Amino acid sequence: MAEPVGFYTDTTVCIGCKACEVACKEWNQLPSTNGGVNTLSGDSYDNTRALDGIHWRHVKFIEQFTEDRKDGRWLLMSDVCKHCVNAPCLEVCPTGAIVRTEFDSVVIQSDACNGCRDCIAACPFGVIEVNPASGTAQKCTLCYDRLQGGLEPACSKACPTQSIQFGTIKELKGRAQKRVDQLQQMGEKRAYLYGADEKTLGGLNSFYLLVDKPEVYGLPPDPKMPTRNLESGTWFSAFGAVLIGLMGVINFRNRGARENGQEQRP
Amino acid sequence: MNTVLSSTFFSAPPDWGWLIVWYFFFGGLAGGCYFIAVLIDLFGRPEDRALARLGYYIALPCLVISAILLTLDLGRPLRFWHMLIASNTYQLLFKPWSPMSVGSWALFIFGIFSLLAFLSALAEDGRLQQPAAKSLRPPGALGSIIAAIGGLFGFFVAGYTGVLLAVTNRPIWSDTPLLGMLFVVSAASISAALMILLAQKSGRTTPGLNALHRLDSWVVALEFVVLIAVMISLGPVFRAWLNAWGLLLFFGVIVLGMLLPLALYWRRQWLGDLNVTASAASVLAGGLILRLVIVFSAQGV
Repeated sequence: MAEPVGFYTDTTVCIGCKACEVACKEWNQLPSTNGGVNTLSGDSYDNTRALDGIHWRHVKFIEQFTEDRKDGRWLLMSDVCKHCVNAPCLEVCPTGAIVRTEFDSVVIQSDACNGCRDCIAACPFGVIEVNPASGTAQKCTLCYDRLQGGLEPACSKACPTQSIQFGTIKELKGRAQKRVDQLQQMGEKRAYLYGADEKTLGGLNSFYLLVDKPEVYGLPPDPKMPTRNLESGTWFSAFGAVLIGLMGVINFRNRGARENGQEQRP
Repeated sequence: MNTVLSSTFFSAPPDWGWLIVWYFFFGGLAGGCYFIAVLIDLFGRPEDRALARLGYYIALPCLVISAILLTLDLGRPLRFWHMLIASNTYQLLFKPWSPMSVGSWALFIFGIFSLLAFLSALAEDGRLQQPAAKSLRPPGALGSIIAAIGGLFGFFVAGYTGVLLAVTNRPIWSDTPLLGMLFVVSAASISAALMILLAQKSGRTTPGLNALHRLDSWVVALEFVVLIAVMISLGPVFRAWLNAWGLLLFFGVIVLGMLLPLALYWRRQWLGDLNVTASAASVLAGGLILRLVIVFSAQGV
């Protein structure tokens, strides 16, 4: 396996230009929304609104303003599949369509996916959706075809501010930590890395530098594996089945006795 | 969202809709009716065999409906076989940690058992002139083995769907480990109810029908306890039900599907001859509404 690669996204230098969204759509030949008829969200410059089957990159616009709007800031974040080291989508996929590649990225093979949508419910980040053109679940592939050809993904290539950086995870982590230290020294004490350590699903191969709580960016504070409920859920179900079985045995076996005895009350 | 109730609120809904609600309903009926029929076959009396046959008659068609519903719900229905066979290597595909993978196999295997039981019931009723088919049911050794293994798969089919919902990252579904147990118990209650209704309609009023009715009241009482346990286990996420779904859960499931049938069981004179019918119908309606609320409420948040 090649060395794991991924994205480090420094949200503090994102300018919301959406070049990443456009580059992603162009390279991956994703269809336009609503047949090309643009619909505006009406309350934000963010008209993409969410990641889905035809939007594999999404620049989030988070407005933090005081009531009188005299003070405030924009938080901008280019969101994408996290290519989790322990990937919930890959774990639940019943068809084997979701695979881990030699680059440690997570890819949905569209020709194997049958559109059951279990992965959509499993992804803690809300990354995956069905692409209506294919009827299958789709998301960022980390530009698997470009990686195989020795190119970097289209989005990071297009990013004009180096908010999205591509590289080996080891190198990116070092670079990201230096940036956090720099920001801290400059007085931005809120800067930290989200998903760079192994505590978050074994590590996110697309991790972020944030300056507010994860939930402010629409990221789960404590994402977990879906199989956390597998063992307990199975045991409770089996317990339920045993109880029903016992009730059935008691009722069907003692029927005669009960009906001739206690049940004959007025 | 000002306060984060659970990290599950950041996932996206899979858009499982009415097809899945009906699948959960018919899948529960298939597994539950088979399981109850097995209990009657193994622990009941010979005169109740007609009632058990009814269970097998219900199980197979409900399972076929389930398979059709599941296939139609796929984004690519013709690729339904990808659940069992890897489409690139044509090797069998089984992921024991993925409830959907295990469930697909369970449906397939349970289909074989419910077909065998269906054929044996037909033979016993004289509608299939194959005497050998009768041995596919207890009391013979082969029939007992088929019944025992098939019964286990039946309950698996009835309950794995709840575990499948729990093994996601959606709010409510994955915030409690008890949905599988709830679905198992509910499958038993709706199955007993449907068997009571159809037994009355088809004149199969064997003595075991009273036992079945009593069993249903016990199971509904257990279901009530499990539903309360689900609500408690949700913790702060229970607030996701403080809306119209919660009202539907209370009136449609608890009042209509649980308290009313229990009251009708304990006060048998209330509706006279209609008492048992009304009680069974309300259990069935409650079971459907339960699945409706659980499937849709977790996707609207």
